[in-house]
Amino acid sequence: MNVPILQMRGITKTFPGVKALQDVTLDVNRGEVHAICGENGAGKSTLMKVLSGVYAHNTFDGDILFENEPCEFSSITDSEKRGIVIIHQELALSPYLSIAENIYLGNELAKNGWVDWRKTNLEAAKLLARVGLSENPVTPIQHISVGKQQLVEIAKALSKEVKLLILDEPTAALNDEDSDHLLDLILHLKGQGVTSIIISHKLNEIRKVADAVTIIRDGKSIETLRLDQGQITQERIIRGMVGRDLESLYPDRTPNIGEEVLRIEDWTVQHPQDHSRMVVNNASLNVRRGEVVGLAGLMGAGRTELAMSVFGRTYGRAVSGKVYKYGQEINTSTVSDAIDHGIAYATEDRKHYGLNLIEDIKRNISMAALSKLAKRGWVDGNKETTVANHYRKSMNIKAPSVAAITGKLSGGNQQKVVLSKWMFSDPDVLILDEPTRGIDVGAKFEIYTIIAELAAAGKAVIVISSELPELLGICDRIYTLSAGHITGEVPIAEATQETLMHFMTKEKE
Amino acid sequence: MSALRESLGFLTSRLRQVGIFVALILIVILFQVLTDGILLQPQNVTNLVVQNSYILILAIGMVMVIIAGHIDLSVGSIAGFIGAVAGVMIVHWGWAWWIAIPACLLVGALVGAWQGYWIAYVGIPAFIVTLAGMLIFRGLTLITLKNQQITPFPNELRALGGGFLPDISGGTSVLEWLTVILGVGGTAAILFQALKERRVRRKFNLENEPMAWFAVKNGFIAILMLIITFLLASYRGTPIVLIVLAVLVIVYSALMNNSIFGRHTYAIGGNLHAAELSGIKTKKVTFRLFVNMGVLAALAGLVFTARLNSAQPAGGTGFELDSIAAAFIGGAAVQGGIGTVAGAMIGGLIMGVLNNGMSILGLGTDYQQLIKGLVLLLAVGFDIFNKNRTGAGGGSSMGRRFKWKTTPPATEAAPAAKAEPVGVDAK
Repeated sequence: MNVPILQMRGITKTFPGVKALQDVTLDVNRGEVHAICGENGAGKSTLMKVLSGVYAHNTFDGDILFENEPCEFSSITDSEKRGIVIIHQELALSPYLSIAENIYLGNELAKNGWVDWRKTNLEAAKLLARVGLSENPVTPIQHISVGKQQLVEIAKALSKEVKLLILDEPTAALNDEDSDHLLDLILHLKGQGVTSIIISHKLNEIRKVADAVTIIRDGKSIETLRLDQGQITQERIIRGMVGRDLESLYPDRTPNIGEEVLRIEDWTVQHPQDHSRMVVNNASLNVRRGEVVGLAGLMGAGRTELAMSVFGRTYGRAVSGKVYKYGQEINTSTVSDAIDHGIAYATEDRKHYGLNLIEDIKRNISMAALSKLAKRGWVDGNKETTVANHYRKSMNIKAPSVAAITGKLSGGNQQKVVLSKWMFSDPDVLILDEPTRGIDVGAKFEIYTIIAELAAAGKAVIVISSELPELLGICDRIYTLSAGHITGEVPIAEATQETLMHFMTKEKE
Repeated sequence: MSALRESLGFLTSRLRQVGIFVALILIVILFQVLTDGILLQPQNVTNLVVQNSYILILAIGMVMVIIAGHIDLSVGSIAGFIGAVAGVMIVHWGWAWWIAIPACLLVGALVGAWQGYWIAYVGIPAFIVTLAGMLIFRGLTLITLKNQQITPFPNELRALGGGFLPDISGGTSVLEWLTVILGVGGTAAILFQALKERRVRRKFNLENEPMAWFAVKNGFIAILMLIITFLLASYRGTPIVLIVLAVLVIVYSALMNNSIFGRHTYAIGGNLHAAELSGIKTKKVTFRLFVNMGVLAALAGLVFTARLNSAQPAGGTGFELDSIAAAFIGGAAVQGGIGTVAGAMIGGLIMGVLNNGMSILGLGTDYQQLIKGLVLLLAVGFDIFNKNRTGAGGGSSMGRRFKWKTTPPATEAAPAAKAEPVGVDAK
């Protein structure tokens, strides 16, 4: 039974300044479902990109053996030729093409350059039957649900005579029913001899389908647990995922917590396209003066969606619920309303949503509160430079001057520019979404110090983070979210990574 | 020697801005030689200014629209339409010029508001709305004119196109003194402003241009201004439209650099999402940009009509392409966020000198179009090449824009859903 189909040895992948993967080992046996677990950012996706040829063979170190033959892929096409197919979390389907066209996209059933439509649709129908879909193959993709689209992706993989199917967070965007169906299908395919690698951190799913679990943490493979050796238990997986050395440092602070500043009640948000999905469901939370409150949750739990929907309804639709500031209900339905009420939101994706990368530091810092620098619509450029220089010094932004273009700064310095921008808007509540993502360790400490100083200055701070040690290191209180619900509220004294992870993986009945 | 090296390093880092300037000068010298000195004869320089004024006026509005990441294909038709409206108001209805001009600008604003509404609030791409506008307003021009030209216009309006400031010496002097005063005064003001800016930059510890480059650049600009002043003064003096243009350039440069509105325009073009999440009312800004474009198009239409002394059914045809080309040759970025009014003016002058020089040489419109097209292609191609070479702005912004446009709506509307975007666990 235990015949290896895939062996990855000593995989090391370096990005400028960061070791994303270090000496990772992965052994997958033929005909098994192999789960890969790890926190957000642990390196799971990078490993799968190495395997599928997204990163060419000469850009990383280590060896890949597939069916006992060494592999040197330069692109996805190479890996697909060998029967390794990856299905990304964001589906790669063209919304206006039919199901059949999507299945054979790039791989058309054609004679002399002319598509054989009869054969295309017939073969597509057969593949759809294999994945349990009864849709007409000529239906445009956009007319079927996300769950079914996921199945079409699998049908597409089957059309390429897949031997090893890689699914990256396949159920992240699905509802429970669709998820169950998908997991059943994976088991069904296993019966037909297809080996699967599934990236997931939904522990109940893993328990349902996985024969083996490899845990990745901080770019290293920690261990591989096997079902037949009775090793796959929730406790064991959680311990593996979070059990890092707590060597990173956090600034000391003595919280001085005052009255409640912001309270969110019964907050519910629909997914912008899929109206049956509640991305945030009846969530209530509050934050007080001088307090740092954490929002923990796994991918898709609804943390960012909660924050953005509060901040000027910049996410979702049919948002309902109430926001109170100092006990008074406030209206935050546009971004400028939210800013006027003293709320600031620093995004998790600073390159796409936080900064104007082709503009300089000072103009980015002044962007959210330009009117503070202006008289009758005219901006006082000298005052702007003075303000920017102030933040460059106090935040220790490393740049030749405030006229430097933000796109050329390092991640840590870009993040400091984002924080400066929001500090200049002089908010009472700061929501910081993944404030240390993509930042090196030294700069992380600086960001933590800034957060501590903000709290000491009487601001109410909400930190969204995927790194539990970070939340434990800087927060006074932590809420956990799972599938849009607040599943726990833990004072820092009682919080451990294990308790948080339990709440974060808890499914609302 | 080190000053020289410093200057050279600076020049290569600003290859684009320096290059465009050098290109204009080379083109002027080239045609000066090819036309045996006709290009820079006083009368021809005056012609050059007047002939290009309406394109330059349009280019001001166009570069603003392009900075915000949009485009406007309708400005030629709007200019033609306003010419027709002016004809009806002034010639048919007998309105005084001082009522008709504001009325025409108001009509231009309404036209801009119409297009701005569809673009900003309905969300139809500017390319489509203004392509429609190009047809709609050309149609309205023809309807208004009943397919016939309207002429003649009163002298007061014609002065806007072909008039000159009065000669204060009463025609006794070789040089027009008012022009000399304005030219020298303007040059002094520019130098003063440049020095002041340099001092402020030094005060706030911002990088300054190397002294050598600063001196060469400003010395050059001053000499150029004085030469143009001399040439204009030795013909008929300052064209009125040049004064209008100078005021517009000064006001709009200040607006784009120092006003909240201008800053928001750059912010929207640089990163629309970041601008929205910073509380900028992006729709309002976009709407106003198109209203402004409408007013400037109306002004250009008035100047053009005044110069021809006739409102014509085909008036303004092709202006949109010249003004778009001016903005892009002047360094505006296709994907928005980058560009200056001054750059667009230089771009417009390059196109103008090419037009004028080739006309003097007797080249037909066939070759003129061919060469202008190649110049536009080379200018923007150089831009892209230069950007790829230096990797400015964190990778190809061209590719970024392309990605935005092709991202399926599902992921675009749900930025947060991709909590582990490509390569994040790697960075």
